[in-house]
Amino acid sequence: MLQHYGPQLVNLLAAVLLLLAFAMLSQRRILSLINLFAAQGLVLFLATALVASITGQPHLYWSAGLTLLLKVLLLPWILHRLIRRLNVKWDVETLLNIPTTMLVGIVLVILAFNLAAPISQLAGTVTRSTLGIAMASVLLSFLMMITRSKAVPQVVGFLSMENGLFFAATAAVYGMPMVVELGVALDVLVASLILGVFLFQIRERFDSVDTRHLEKLKEH
Amino acid sequence: MAAEMLLLLASPLAGGAVLALVGHRGYAAEVNAGFAIVTFGAAARLVARVIADGPLSAFEEQFFVDSLNVFLVALTAFVAMTTSLFSRPYMRIERSHGRVTDAGMRLYHSMYQLFTFTMLLVLTTNNLGVMWVAMEAATLTTVLLVALYRTHASLEAAWKYFILCGVGIAQALFGTILVYFAAERILGAGIGSLLWTHLAAVKADLEPTVMSIAFVFLLVGYGTKVGLVPLHNWLPDAHAEGPTPISAVLSGLLLNVALYALIRFKVLTDGALERPFASGLLMGFGLLSVAVAAFFLSRQRDIKRMFAYSSIEHMGLITFAFGMGGPVASFAGLLHMTVHSLTKSAIFFAVGHAAQKNGTQLMDGIRGLVKVSPTIGWGLMLGTAAILGMPPFGVFASEFLILTTAIAQQPWAAPILLVSLGVSFAAIFSKVQAMVFGEPSAARLPHRPALVPVFTHLALVLLLGLYIPPYLADWYRLAARLIG
Repeated sequence: MLQHYGPQLVNLLAAVLLLLAFAMLSQRRILSLINLFAAQGLVLFLATALVASITGQPHLYWSAGLTLLLKVLLLPWILHRLIRRLNVKWDVETLLNIPTTMLVGIVLVILAFNLAAPISQLAGTVTRSTLGIAMASVLLSFLMMITRSKAVPQVVGFLSMENGLFFAATAAVYGMPMVVELGVALDVLVASLILGVFLFQIRERFDSVDTRHLEKLKEH
Repeated sequence: MAAEMLLLLASPLAGGAVLALVGHRGYAAEVNAGFAIVTFGAAARLVARVIADGPLSAFEEQFFVDSLNVFLVALTAFVAMTTSLFSRPYMRIERSHGRVTDAGMRLYHSMYQLFTFTMLLVLTTNNLGVMWVAMEAATLTTVLLVALYRTHASLEAAWKYFILCGVGIAQALFGTILVYFAAERILGAGIGSLLWTHLAAVKADLEPTVMSIAFVFLLVGYGTKVGLVPLHNWLPDAHAEGPTPISAVLSGLLLNVALYALIRFKVLTDGALERPFASGLLMGFGLLSVAVAAFFLSRQRDIKRMFAYSSIEHMGLITFAFGMGGPVASFAGLLHMTVHSLTKSAIFFAVGHAAQKNGTQLMDGIRGLVKVSPTIGWGLMLGTAAILGMPPFGVFASEFLILTTAIAQQPWAAPILLVSLGVSFAAIFSKVQAMVFGEPSAARLPHRPALVPVFTHLALVLLLGLYIPPYLADWYRLAARLIG
């Protein structure tokens, strides 16, 4: 049963992941953006746990647990706390040209699928068809970071890029060895803590967390 | 072997923990220097072992030292030690000028040690995944230090540094995943497929398509940290706005270590591919960096920014040398890594005190250094002469080797290199001359400046220009053969 429907279910979850990446790209409210990020983490956890039960790789259960702990619970909690204390909870960003951004996003997805095609042909994993989606969500997060001008959405973009990379590792090779995954998780956690400290310093200095203030250093 | 390796990594890690508690005390600078000296001692012991026994590995092959990384380990520990000696009076002066708080001092000292730890971990680990983790950790340890003064400009610089390097290094993680993917098909799943020594043994069998895509991602990722144009935007800002000891270790250590990571992957990619794919990319990015940096140099007004651009130029030159490949060019690249690191950190030491004396980093505000403080003035002048490639300093030897190889192997690139080096010579020399000579504008400092590190570095660079010790030359040769 699981052997039969499992891979298709993974494909379905991957599609949801891509959909969430697009939703984040067009989401203007900071609070909803963080909820979308948590949802992305949840889908990632489900996909990883599913792959773990299909393939019976014990370390994948561990990384699924790590995903649940870090990306569904801890990071969204830190982000929620952060926006409450920074008082930007109800902020709405003025995003120019959402349709154009979406179109660029679609081009990126096509690009990602083309780039992933030769690699997924070589892969022997049941999840190999989702590699293109993983690469697409990395590129979409990248696009999100470029198009945002507020600091918190940029941070969310950075974290969701890491989600895409994690999914890529699961899709191509059933996850990296445990030491590496723990190391990456530690880096991500420390990075978000440092960013939190950093956002307060920026706000203290500029009275806002809009990175448009941070464009003075240029070549003359 | 295991004992030296353990001490080498444990000393800065313990230093980071201790200084997180006592980093604001009066004696913290001495504690910082003490840990750095112990680390250097461990590195020296390790080097002695490698000279005696050849390449070594430890802890079930998780760590290894061969001819390519042994001299970088020694160099990193050495520059970290001299910089900690320089930072002792420098940070005291900053403290008495009221630019840093107690919490800032704790952060500074603790992160300085942890930064050293991450650098040494990148260099000695055999695991390409751990290498990535340590490289990202290096960004994290320095990002708050760039923002240490909490000024508008420094916050902006740190934000840029974090975002650009964070995005860049994410690409490198994807590249690492792809390399693991290629290796897993041959070596099977598990930690063994990420060990560089295992990968190097089977490099000819790695899937070429995957390796070429992986190398592009790795080049973008680690290339951002090397400061290759057009991924260099964070570098001048981070160098100019952070405290000077951090500028010195960023230029002298971080850029080298990032390039080292890139070279390790170049060896694997070259082994997997028949055509010179990685070499072409490295040459292209290297040349672009040299040319663009040279033309930005003349437009700088901030002294630390100017020397940051000079670092981009030199990293480009080294990248170009490794791209050309062959025994002479790779030898020259390794030598240039060594002498650039020593010279550039010496320059930053001198620049740091010069800026403190004049109360500004703007070059228009710094005048007549040699009259107020002959040692700072001559230190800066000699350092500049060395970095511009004047004989008999070591930079001359390596640049000469790179240029002559370029003329023989890649004649199209030689004119671009020569023009760029000429332009940067004119730009830097005229500006530094005005600062060193001329009517003075400086004030007295509350603490005596530390100039021993400046002249120690310059003496070593001079020595390397005149005479390279035989074991060092052997390592360079062996490593050059490895790089290909």
